[in-house]
Amino acid sequence: MIITKKKDFSKILEYLKGRDRVYLFGCNSCAEQCETGGEREVKAMAELLEKQGKKITGSSIPDETCYSMLIKKHFREDKNAIEKTDAFLVLACGAGVKAVADAAGDEKPAFPALDSLYLANVTRYGHFFEGCSLCGDCVLGETGGICPHTQCPKGLLNGPCGGMANGKCEVNMENDCAWILIYKRLKAQGRLGALKRIASPKDYSNGVKPRTVVVESRIKK
Amino acid sequence: MHTLKDSLSSKKFTITAEICPPKGTDVSDFLKKAQLLKDKIAAANVTDNQRAVMRLSSLACSVLLLKQGLDPVFQMTCRDRNRIAIQSDIMGAWTLGVKNILALSGDHVSFGDHREAKAVFDLDSVQLVQVINKLNSGTNMKETPLKGGTGFFIGAVVAPEAEPWEPEMIKFEKKIEAGARFFQTQAIYDIDKFHKFYEYARKFDVKILGGILLLKSAKMAHFLNTNVPGVTVPKHLIDELEKAKDQLEKGIEIAARQVKELKKFCDGAHIMAIGQEESVVKIIEGAG
Ligand code: SF4
Ligand code: SF4
Repeated sequence: MIITKKKDFSKILEYLKGRDRVYLFGCNSCAEQCETGGEREVKAMAELLEKQGKKITGSSIPDETCYSMLIKKHFREDKNAIEKTDAFLVLACGAGVKAVADAAGDEKPAFPALDSLYLANVTRYGHFFEGCSLCGDCVLGETGGICPHTQCPKGLLNGPCGGMANGKCEVNMENDCAWILIYKRLKAQGRLGALKRIASPKDYSNGVKPRTVVVESRIKK
Repeated sequence: MHTLKDSLSSKKFTITAEICPPKGTDVSDFLKKAQLLKDKIAAANVTDNQRAVMRLSSLACSVLLLKQGLDPVFQMTCRDRNRIAIQSDIMGAWTLGVKNILALSGDHVSFGDHREAKAVFDLDSVQLVQVINKLNSGTNMKETPLKGGTGFFIGAVVAPEAEPWEPEMIKFEKKIEAGARFFQTQAIYDIDKFHKFYEYARKFDVKILGGILLLKSAKMAHFLNTNVPGVTVPKHLIDELEKAKDQLEKGIEIAARQVKELKKFCDGAHIMAIGQEESVVKIIEGAG
């Protein structure tokens, strides 16, 4: 799941300066679960903007706002309201903002109401832990399923740094050192050999952006 | 000029000390410290933007030490440069006459004075040692032959009091496998524990310099315990400092005592006086 957090309302007003007719997008997927872009948040945003004298021309909470074709379809369906709009405000992750901005095209701007933070595991209801940084060259097979690129703030690949103290991380003593977690798990699984091998420098060529993937079997249908 | 390598291979007890580059381009104090230490130590480590605080470059300061006739240990962290800049700077240091290099991961930027900076860590310390070793063999890290390689005496760091210890030991052995030939340890406080580490480490063909951190005051010791990762000053030392009339003198005395202990079995000592380089001379004299 993609974790998002609300931007300051003052930033949003800055974006919308001189643009009084606003159309809102939420997202019924990740942003709904983070309570940043579900029905309640979109409604609250509409009220706040109306108090500032803005007119809400319409709103939508697609199932997944990152589906560009879904957003394009919505633009066609709500054509009248969209024509009367000066700007779009998107309460979704950056991919959602992009989908709306692309559908709106060159004439009308779309603005983010949220900051997109990370890809998370839902560890408990309402608890989101950053588990993977989508690096393009997964090393979890050697690290007991614990990501050193994500759980170690330095992204080290060969074991703990000198700042580790009693299993805690030097950068934030409340966090466990990723490498101690990795060590413990590999040891328990009898796989310390994986830790003893020197890990090569990361291949960042897999991460050159923007990345695209086409699933052939899906397009032939 | 006497060198670190000669001193360590002659099997005599070898002392190195850290000199911190200035926060600016006025190097007069830096040079004074170099003159002061020149004939007292085998080599001086030049820190690389230590604790992620931006200072004059460790490469430039290493070359300044060379000109003063003091053998520099050029410290290089992985925090601020990617693998291209790292290789390029390492070769640069070699062409300017630097012979020793110490590979470190580096403190995270969140400790320093530029907290908004992007932390690079394109390589880690083990990989950095490997890269220097490649450059020594005449190729770059991609194994493309170079028109002239390097011949560095490669050092790395180990934390002999790390808890848990096994993963630190695994990393230590990886650094040796990657090509490290000498180690300067993090600050040691428990000599018995360190002795055990030394007994294990001497199985390998590497030299060990025990890290001695000058405690300038009890206040500093408390600060280290709460703010500096991986450092735990034991209570009995803090008590000793607190009771002393002149805490700095006491700190020097403690450090001298520790160096003296190391002399009984270790290859050498690495003294970190953090801005109090003048005291290093007293520590060395106190250790006899
Ligand atoms: S190594 Fe870490 S960041 Fe990379 S894909 Fe695997 S879990 Fe994600
Ligand atoms: S303490 Fe562990 S998790 Fe934290 S930066 Fe060092 S190696 Fe990474």
